[in-house]
Amino acid sequence: MVVVAFMAIAGIALFGLITYYRKWGWLWNEWFTSVDHKKLGIMYFIVALVMLLRGFSDAIMMRTQLAMAAGDAAGYLPPEHYDQIFTAHGVIMIFFVAMPMVIGLMNLVVPLQIGARDVAFPFLNNLSFWLFAAAAILVNISLVVGEFAKTGWLAYAPLSGIEFSPGVGVDYWIWALQISGIGTTLTGINFFVTIIKMRTKGMTMFRMPIFTWTSLCANVLIIASFPILTATIALLTLDRYLGMHFFTNDFGGNMMMYVNLIWAWGHPEVYILILPAFGVFSEVISTFARKRLFGYMTMVWATIAITLLSFVVWLHHFFTMGAGANVNAFFGIMTMIIAIPTGVKVFNWLFTMFRGSLELTSPVLWTLGFIITFTLGGMTGVMLAVPAANFVLHNSLFVIAHFHNVIIGGVVFGMMAGLTFWFPKAFGFTLNEKWGKRSFWCWFIGFYVAFMPLYVLAFFGAVRRMQSYANPDWQPWMILAWVGAVIILLGIACTIIQFWVSVRDRKQNADVTGDPWDGRTLEWSTSSPAPFYNFARLPEVGDIDSFWSQKQRSEEQLEEAPYTDIHMPRNTVAGPVISFFALVIGFALVWHIWWLAGVGAVGVFASFMARVFNDDIDYYVPAADVERIEREHQLKCEQKLGVEAQA
Amino acid sequence: MSTETLNNSSHHPVEHEEEHHDATGTKLFGFWVYLMSDLVIFGSLFATYAVLMKGTAGGPTAAEIFELPFVLVETFLLLFSSFTFGMGVLAMNAERLGQVKAWLAITFLLGAAFVGMEIYEFQHLIHEGFGPDRSAFLSSFFTLVGTHGLHVTFGLIWILVMLVQLSTKGLTAMTRPRILCLSLFWHFLDIVWICVFSFVYLMGVL
Repeated sequence: MVVVAFMAIAGIALFGLITYYRKWGWLWNEWFTSVDHKKLGIMYFIVALVMLLRGFSDAIMMRTQLAMAAGDAAGYLPPEHYDQIFTAHGVIMIFFVAMPMVIGLMNLVVPLQIGARDVAFPFLNNLSFWLFAAAAILVNISLVVGEFAKTGWLAYAPLSGIEFSPGVGVDYWIWALQISGIGTTLTGINFFVTIIKMRTKGMTMFRMPIFTWTSLCANVLIIASFPILTATIALLTLDRYLGMHFFTNDFGGNMMMYVNLIWAWGHPEVYILILPAFGVFSEVISTFARKRLFGYMTMVWATIAITLLSFVVWLHHFFTMGAGANVNAFFGIMTMIIAIPTGVKVFNWLFTMFRGSLELTSPVLWTLGFIITFTLGGMTGVMLAVPAANFVLHNSLFVIAHFHNVIIGGVVFGMMAGLTFWFPKAFGFTLNEKWGKRSFWCWFIGFYVAFMPLYVLAFFGAVRRMQSYANPDWQPWMILAWVGAVIILLGIACTIIQFWVSVRDRKQNADVTGDPWDGRTLEWSTSSPAPFYNFARLPEVGDIDSFWSQKQRSEEQLEEAPYTDIHMPRNTVAGPVISFFALVIGFALVWHIWWLAGVGAVGVFASFMARVFNDDIDYYVPAADVERIEREHQLKCEQKLGVEAQA
Repeated sequence: MSTETLNNSSHHPVEHEEEHHDATGTKLFGFWVYLMSDLVIFGSLFATYAVLMKGTAGGPTAAEIFELPFVLVETFLLLFSSFTFGMGVLAMNAERLGQVKAWLAITFLLGAAFVGMEIYEFQHLIHEGFGPDRSAFLSSFFTLVGTHGLHVTFGLIWILVMLVQLSTKGLTAMTRPRILCLSLFWHFLDIVWICVFSFVYLMGVL
């Protein structure tokens, strides 16, 4: 209830402020309907950070409950409430925090890194964002109207079937994931085509920045795995709505089919999250060590190897299902093999730092913290990959500790590093370093204090998803874990203060050159924030780290070609409108309001047709306008530099 | 920001031609990638069918309910519609707008007949008490075949939309790639149907 009240107050305050400052028109025209990948990237990040607060409040509620509920004490959360909270925590953190951060960063960075003016399908990009946003809204509606699933974040059947989960909770889960999943699939196709088809002149595949490479592989994984999620959820939907028998106990259903299908998506999913984070660390390390990344080719091939291997390990999530010794052995070995390309990457990062002049900025701190934490998490992963050990560890807190070890240590640290690293490119000023470092230390220490006790508790026999426990000896460890969560909360607070301080001091922190870190790749060759057309003249590439080598031979002033007209897509209302009707469909289906679902379907079709019959979807920015924008920017930079020189 | 549009900026026909050409290529490539992702959905449904086809729960087996001659007619309707669509694309390449529309209309009729027969088959099965809620086998059968049928139905709607667009806009840089994408979609559904026919119907009866 506290969360609901807080959300309501924050929502009303935000709504009031926007209305008071008459910003709705500006928001709608410049942001909501925008097809600019940079703005979409920023919007992904804003939604992700808001949802992070929601996901984290779930986390701290769970830790508080477990710190209290020892022995005879029941704690303050009844089991059915607790079950909703751990389900919501997992769903929100994966689908509505980690995914939008990764996709947001891809939006912000990839087109700039490959020297493109936009993505291949700008309208679809906007639609993807709004489908994701509609799903996020649906999840938040479940907090107020009805209930959320009590099944765990993957809604294993038959528990999630109509027989054992008759309420609307699982239906909210179904439609939120289905809507956001379709958006993600569209994103995957969009960025795959963008990277394959829209690289600038001279940028061959093996000259692409590593972040672009890891994004490419993540998008391949999205294209190949998200349809499995779509199909699986659709089958569960048919079971629940039309009384079919895919995953039921009786009538020939097979619930293990569900577990196999969901993990055939679910395991590639974790690589969709971690590969772009690997890319961020690669960019950060080579930039701040002032060295070309050690072993570029091995990094690329390791990424490709992980991409392929990620599809042949899904069974390690349920060794205890009883598939037999040979099957378990195969999947155990394949899982351990993934440690090899990952190890290659770790050594590449270490050797990049070796004899480089490493500058300990906050992105580098996140990276160092990642290397240590992720290596540890990887090792507990290899332990879990041993089927015999897995029979002991399955469903224990060891699993919880392991995947937080790799997701916080890998994805969260990676996204924080990426956010700090590319923030100036999005907004034109750098983030405050002092608060960034404080945030890092809180997260880093907080993580260890919160999750190391869970490894210990697992060896005492503590299992996951329990709401209370009989053994009072566990309580000190549970309280220690709670303290860790509070330290992480301080880290989140530091990040919020960091934003506030950085916005306040944006004049002093302004990134005038567009290249605040002495960067190596193309995104640093354009101004900060980048103009809406990204590059006034499309750059040419002759090397890995092309911008860096160009700077090295900067004395030879290139002859400036004249500006040309730039072809750009128009903003469109179709994305938000279609997604609104998708939200209507989702809500109506959760509550079985068939006529409303029909209205939503007609709305989706009509608004899509309006888009399809609209020919006026692009325009040309005349060369004269490009020249004016570029000159204005140059003047502004010179003024700022002049002010700094005087001061 | 400039509001000059593509339509009234007739003074740069030459320098932008390449960009448009490339845009068609990008669209087609993107559509191919979409088809491959759609194929993964069908792959998941085929796998589910393979696992659940023995789960008849005392209900009818595949051999008891499939009528091959009926399905063979369906199959030929769809195969022939792929051929007529191919003729439509050839007509488009020859700039014969009237013929394109005629071939699309024929394709629509063939596709509609296919969907009609499928609905009849489903309705017939449900009427006999062999609906998708009877057993896991029937659930997976109805879902796999029905998902294909739903795709064909979307294809039919798409054909209608293209017929309207061809009548109002003609063959333009906008409608041409759409016809090509629709053609890919239609042939793709044909290939999926061949797999349905082989794995579901033929192997079910044999």
